Amino acid sequence: MNKFSLATVALATFLTSFGPGVPGTAVKPDADNAGLKLPSGFGALVAAEGLGHARHLAVTPEGDLYVKVEGTRNKGNTIWYLQDTNGDGKIDRKTGFFKYDGTGIAVKGNYLYASSNTDVYRFKLNDKHQVIDTARSETIVTGLINRHQHEAKAFTLDNDGNLYVNIGAYSNSCQIKDRTKGSLGMQPCPILDSAGGIWQFKADKLNQTYGDGQRYATGLRNVVGLDWNTRLNQLFVMQHGRDQLHDLFPDMYDEKQSAELPAECMYALHKGSDCGWPYIYYDQIQHKKILAPEYGGDGKKTGGDHIQDPAAAYPGHMAPNAILFYTGSMFPEKYRNGAFIAFHGSWNRAPEPQKGYFVVFQPFKDGKPAGDWEIFAEGFAGPGEIKSPGQAQHRPCGLAQGPDGSLYISDDVKGTVYRIVYNK
Amino acid sequence: MRIWMIAAVLLGSCGVALGQNTTAASIARGKVLYQNICLACHQADGSGVPRMNPPLIKTSFVLGDKTKLITIVLKGLNDDVEIEGEYYSNPMPPQAQLKDQEIADVLTYVRNSFGNKASAVKAAEVKVVRAKIK
Repeated sequence: MNKFSLATVALATFLTSFGPGVPGTAVKPDADNAGLKLPSGFGALVAAEGLGHARHLAVTPEGDLYVKVEGTRNKGNTIWYLQDTNGDGKIDRKTGFFKYDGTGIAVKGNYLYASSNTDVYRFKLNDKHQVIDTARSETIVTGLINRHQHEAKAFTLDNDGNLYVNIGAYSNSCQIKDRTKGSLGMQPCPILDSAGGIWQFKADKLNQTYGDGQRYATGLRNVVGLDWNTRLNQLFVMQHGRDQLHDLFPDMYDEKQSAELPAECMYALHKGSDCGWPYIYYDQIQHKKILAPEYGGDGKKTGGDHIQDPAAAYPGHMAPNAILFYTGSMFPEKYRNGAFIAFHGSWNRAPEPQKGYFVVFQPFKDGKPAGDWEIFAEGFAGPGEIKSPGQAQHRPCGLAQGPDGSLYISDDVKGTVYRIVYNK
Repeated sequence: MRIWMIAAVLLGSCGVALGQNTTAASIARGKVLYQNICLACHQADGSGVPRMNPPLIKTSFVLGDKTKLITIVLKGLNDDVEIEGEYYSNPMPPQAQLKDQEIADVLTYVRNSFGNKASAVKAAEVKVVRAKIK
């Protein structure tokens, strides 16, 4: 009897020592798969909800979550630290801290990195990857441009102590008069000196600004989704392509063309990459780099011979807000080292129906996209056609991989965190 | 006497028709302008884009002070806008190239669509605001 209760205690301790998302702990999908449609064998559960406008998220090796929130205008908590203490997959402990709105968050080594719309900060973590002092952050990068447009400073880190920060262009297409019908492009585009690209900084040096960093890649209008591919040792980014071809140049583009073009592009970057914004855009139907109408284009003239080609191209305006290379072992073989992409969903396809609001899987082979992308998870927005983005009940925004190989997806409408598992 | 009465009736109905026509026609013209200039950002149903482009549905910006509303169209807007606890940050380009009557039409359309009900904006009102901000 004594031995038995001892064994029970030991077993209980053993079981609770498995945190959420740790290998060996199987969580059950919700009966309705959290309202999502997934490929056969996959299930989904709502891990957390009501977090506010949840943007990117990070998972610790213990399976705890850090979720970055925006839209409080620096009045509320903008990082949530979430724990599932009983291992059922549902978050049951929540702590909030940090006062700056923003999108980016990452756990790297013993630090939690998070960005506002101008700066990147970090917090020291203990050996359980918990923030030691939530009131004490270090400023890593400061003073980046924020002019009300493409202001999110999404970032990622490599394994060599570097930090890669998106500085989005504060413009649609570098017109002399932004978003004004017929206005031509500035030549050269002065925005590219301080924005419209990815800047590289040191991950451990304090108070860096423009002069301390390097423009790693240019000609990128705005990047929200980016990931360091550890296998290829290379930075991959998803560009948000330009808006309003029809509104600004109605003689050259009809509404349908304007909804579909230009492509949302994946780029495999290297130091010095130039992806061509604002001078050219990529047309995924003609499979060509097309001269932008602001710079003498007519929808057909090609341009930018020296400009890097995208690694993959997707329909226009779907707003890729996260890319994640899957390195787990929970999902079937075909997903390993391929990319998941969260498409936040369009607004610039109006009056045509909107598109996106789903998570896509892009197969990779030999380090390159291989084969057509496929919809992996959909149903975030709710039933029926989405005519305007305000109708969407949820919008996928961030992606993260749990230590057990689960895929986490954040939603920035209602602050739901979905967890996708594979059980067959 | 008879002629006078007929003339009065004619004039009266003409006046009424003209009055209705003015607002209805302004809304109709405004709708076309809205579709060409405003819809991409503010959407067909006026709901805008969450946290980027403000909604135009029953907000104080749309239903309130006309001078302020006309000024936004003429000068654009590059400030954060708060509506019901949400912040909208995308800049709006100025639309000063539009004629007084066109601005009056599009605003009359917006103030009488998407569930909104408010008085028409007149070209003369736009003219006054335009003169002031120059």
